[in-house]
Amino acid sequence: MNAPSNLKYTKSDEWFDPATGAAGISDYAQGQLSDIVFVELLVDEGEEVTIGKAIASVESVKASAEIYAPAAGKVSAVNKGLSDKPETLNSDPYGEGWMIKIAGGSAGDAMDSAAYEKYCEERTH
Amino acid sequence: MATILEPTIFELSSPGRRGVTMPASDVPKAALPPKNLLRSDLPLPELAEVDVVRHYMKLSKFNYSVDDGFYPLGSCTMKYNPKINEDTCRLPGYLFTHPLQPIETVQGNLALMFEMQEWLKEISGFADVTLQPAAGAHGEFTGVLMMAAYHKSRGDTKRTKMLIPDAAHGTNPASVGMLGFSVITIPSDSRGNVDLKALEAACDDTVVGMMLTNPNTLGMFDENIEKVIELVHKCGGLMYGDGANLNALLGIVRPGDLGFDVMHFNLHKTFSVPHGGGGPGSGPVGVGPVLVDFLPAPLVGIIEEGDEEMAPLYGFVTPKKTIGRMKAFHGHFGGGLVRAYTYIAMHGPDGLKDISQYAVLNANYLQARLRSTYKIPYDRICMHEFVMEGQFEGSDIRALDISKRLMDYNFHPPTNYFPLIVHEALMIEPTETENKDTLDRFADALIKIAEEAKTQPELLHNAPHITPFGRMDEVKAARELVLCCWLPENYVNE
Repeated sequence: MNAPSNLKYTKSDEWFDPATGAAGISDYAQGQLSDIVFVELLVDEGEEVTIGKAIASVESVKASAEIYAPAAGKVSAVNKGLSDKPETLNSDPYGEGWMIKIAGGSAGDAMDSAAYEKYCEERTH
Repeated sequence: MATILEPTIFELSSPGRRGVTMPASDVPKAALPPKNLLRSDLPLPELAEVDVVRHYMKLSKFNYSVDDGFYPLGSCTMKYNPKINEDTCRLPGYLFTHPLQPIETVQGNLALMFEMQEWLKEISGFADVTLQPAAGAHGEFTGVLMMAAYHKSRGDTKRTKMLIPDAAHGTNPASVGMLGFSVITIPSDSRGNVDLKALEAACDDTVVGMMLTNPNTLGMFDENIEKVIELVHKCGGLMYGDGANLNALLGIVRPGDLGFDVMHFNLHKTFSVPHGGGGPGSGPVGVGPVLVDFLPAPLVGIIEEGDEEMAPLYGFVTPKKTIGRMKAFHGHFGGGLVRAYTYIAMHGPDGLKDISQYAVLNANYLQARLRSTYKIPYDRICMHEFVMEGQFEGSDIRALDISKRLMDYNFHPPTNYFPLIVHEALMIEPTETENKDTLDRFADALIKIAEEAKTQPELLHNAPHITPFGRMDEVKAARELVLCCWLPENYVNE
């Protein structure tokens, strides 16, 4: 499992980059979902989001899941190309698979990568 | 590239071929509808009877059904459907009647519906029952509509939240979403019960109610069910029961007695109505005293009492504050109600209790046989089904591989990847209709597959091997939604 140390993580497996404002789903989340076949972004540029607001809906061959905003603030960009290439969430969840950018976002009490890795391990067994 | 094993019926069509000889008309001649309502451009296939029969016979051989073998699809109650149901639902009095006939001419049908309402009341402990909903999720929607109408009638308009456990069927939040309510997910505790602390924290005066399946999708009877219902009622909410798992409770526990306010039945699960290809199901809904006035209209009632000489006159009655009609006519009458009525009549009260006791016994027997081979995360006495993990320490085998391999042993796979709170979930519901030999063969196959997972994992990764089609590319099927007709250039023979 891969969890870059510059990012913050939520209990519902989203990541947030405090430096760029980008947000998406973690490597652990994409692995659990397995092959992702559909993604719909539920917010637009300029919209205000609060922590826990649904920002996307994702479906894999196994399950469907809501993705929640890991930080509060104004949406400054959305990754519009994602819905045509949902598999990007599997292949590059922290890079090309970013979902939205939240300008001036604060991540609240999100975990650092060490705490998140431990949290994921606990859930595996 | 796939091999075409059988073309579609449209590809088999040839202009001018006939399979039907129209009989002489047995009704008076009438004018056709206006021309602008008629069309002639429908490309209906043209074939002889023999071609049609052979086509569907071939397709049926690619299929697998409860008449072929064991079908342990968890939470679906894929029991054997007795063939006597097929005789009764084809009795001319049921088959050749129309829902718009004058009630005096269909008293037998109405009597059956009335008795069905009474029987379902007796089985569930509810005060009244509607037979209208067309399927389980339609029943849920009906129930939630009544819950909303109840709060509204009391001027209690700030209730917008429905509490739903994380083990719930996906249809529960979907039904709630249809009404614009929001869903609050309640976690399960380490024994598979509703987490009481989380429930208590979520209960307030904005709660519409709670939707609970009991036994839940882990196959666990909630050990604190009375406390759960008490907490929901204390904050003014109503308690919805998802009757999907009623097959565990017949003649043992009545949801109405426990304090549930409303519950749907799945006649196509518990009462041996065939599941069909997505239908026709049948999802009657029972309600406790607080919701009786809100039931959909019409219900079947006695509109003139009978005596020793005369049978009562059955007709339609409208509840006082009804939410209205949920279906054009009166529910799935022949396909659902007559079959389920037959099933209940054939078993009687003691027989119904046997059904649930054998269903629970069969599930526990399988669980006991598989316990040392597969991890069972919530490992206690189960009800009619149980959930195990389809993965092994240090192996890349997943639940899907195990399921596909089971097909090589001539079994239908269990439910995969549900409930979501178990990793690589395999949810197994044997039902009461299977004998010990079948259960043993199934357990033996799963134990052998666990061995194969160690010694020949490729056998699992590439399974199934003996079916007309091998492993389907599910990702491609979901990503490339091309449902269009057969294009010859896309296929080559292997």
